Amino acid sequence: MSDDLIQRVLKVIAASKRIPPETVTIDSEFQQLNIDSMDAVEILFALENEFDINIPDDQVRGITGVRGMCEGLEKLIAAKTSPIGTGQ
Amino acid sequence: MRRVAITGLGAICALGRNVEDVAAALRGGCCGIRPIETVDMSQFRFTAGAEVPAYSHRPYFDDRPADFLDRFAQFAVIAAREAVADSGLTFTPELRETAAIVTGSCVGGQSTEDIGFRDVYKLSLNRVHPLTIPKTMANAGASQISMEFGITGPSFTISTACSSAAHAIGQAFWMVRNGITDAAIAGGSEAPFSFGILKAWEAMRVVSTDTCRPFSRDRRGMILGEGAGMLVLEPMDIARARGARIHAELVGFGMSADASHITQPSAAGAARAMRAAMRDAVIEPEAVGYINAHGTGTLANDVTETAAIRTVFGAHAGKLPVSSTKSMHGHALGAAAALECVATVLALRDGVLPPTANYLGPDPECDLDVIPNQARACQVEWALSNSFAFGGLNAVLALRKA
Repeated sequence: MSDDLIQRVLKVIAASKRIPPETVTIDSEFQQLNIDSMDAVEILFALENEFDINIPDDQVRGITGVRGMCEGLEKLIAAKTSPIGTGQ
Repeated sequence: MRRVAITGLGAICALGRNVEDVAAALRGGCCGIRPIETVDMSQFRFTAGAEVPAYSHRPYFDDRPADFLDRFAQFAVIAAREAVADSGLTFTPELRETAAIVTGSCVGGQSTEDIGFRDVYKLSLNRVHPLTIPKTMANAGASQISMEFGITGPSFTISTACSSAAHAIGQAFWMVRNGITDAAIAGGSEAPFSFGILKAWEAMRVVSTDTCRPFSRDRRGMILGEGAGMLVLEPMDIARARGARIHAELVGFGMSADASHITQPSAAGAARAMRAAMRDAVIEPEAVGYINAHGTGTLANDVTETAAIRTVFGAHAGKLPVSSTKSMHGHALGAAAALECVATVLALRDGVLPPTANYLGPDPECDLDVIPNQARACQVEWALSNSFAFGGLNAVLALRKA
């Protein structure tokens, strides 16, 4: 996982939840950060804008922490930029 | 306090354009959920909705009068006309002065507002249509009904998201019961299929990508619906004296606020509203024989509602039939509680409990008797109709077989 991606994700979470950036790490679990379902939906919205991707609901289920979120995003971003992913 | 009779019913939704057709669809377990037709859904995560199929203002309104009514207000008038005709009530000059109209709407004239915003934001026009405000306002349904029948008594609209129509019917019920009026038209209407508002629903990630399966395993969320339900309410003695057909009796209304979260439901708040409705009706939980659930089909609602029903009804919950007709007519937001109240009246009147359609199998966290897929012949004396809105504003109606 690229460090740039992780840093952008941490920043997005902190900005959405309005918490100090240093409180969010790659190992943070959503529960620790008090992220409820509506917070999560807002963070997904912000990540879609940040990376210019669509995040389908079925890619979101079962993800409980920042690391899982970054791994999922990496796949979605790769699918967007790869010629196979765009079907061209 | 006076007893309150329901003497008129009106409905229009994905299941039909009158009560008879809606009743037949509910009995048959027919699902009105189909691909959305009025909005281009090519850029959406979901594509299904419960629209009134192939709706046009004709034959209900001439072209020029229709110009003044957004689709949601047209639905309100169509359902009110049916309810009034069904009641056989004559609006004498005296009755017109005191009759009440209470409607519910969550989002008002969305398709009108959407066109106006598209004109200024997308098409960069410098003006919007001058009827945008009077067509968009949430009270347009109540206002149009008042003009339709020349009713000049207390008339207003309640907007409490998915509970709107239950709060509206509850207020009208109390007004009739307390002698404030001898006739009320009450219900709700909604037409939320506009590009802008569908995008807003998509962003909430609560809309199902297939269909609506309340209380079922593998449920994926809610499905939006549209339409209207209207009731005519009268004092029981007056209704009987004029020989009116009494579909059912409204016996209780309970409200509560969760005071916890703007979208996540609370079992405690839902339980308080059910208890308040039964207290108002002066009935014990064991007397209730059917609940028309809020049952949206979202992960959160159905688990929370099950927990609330278990809390309130204890051991009785195990043998208490509960169904969500949203599985058939969709979630019509401000009209939902009115359509569900009509469904509850029909269940009591006809002795047929509507099913929860699209049910695939049990979810251990929703372990109620949800009448899966097939209607059930069952004579029930008392029933509840639950509505638990976003914002945590809950409203429950209690009804009795006539």
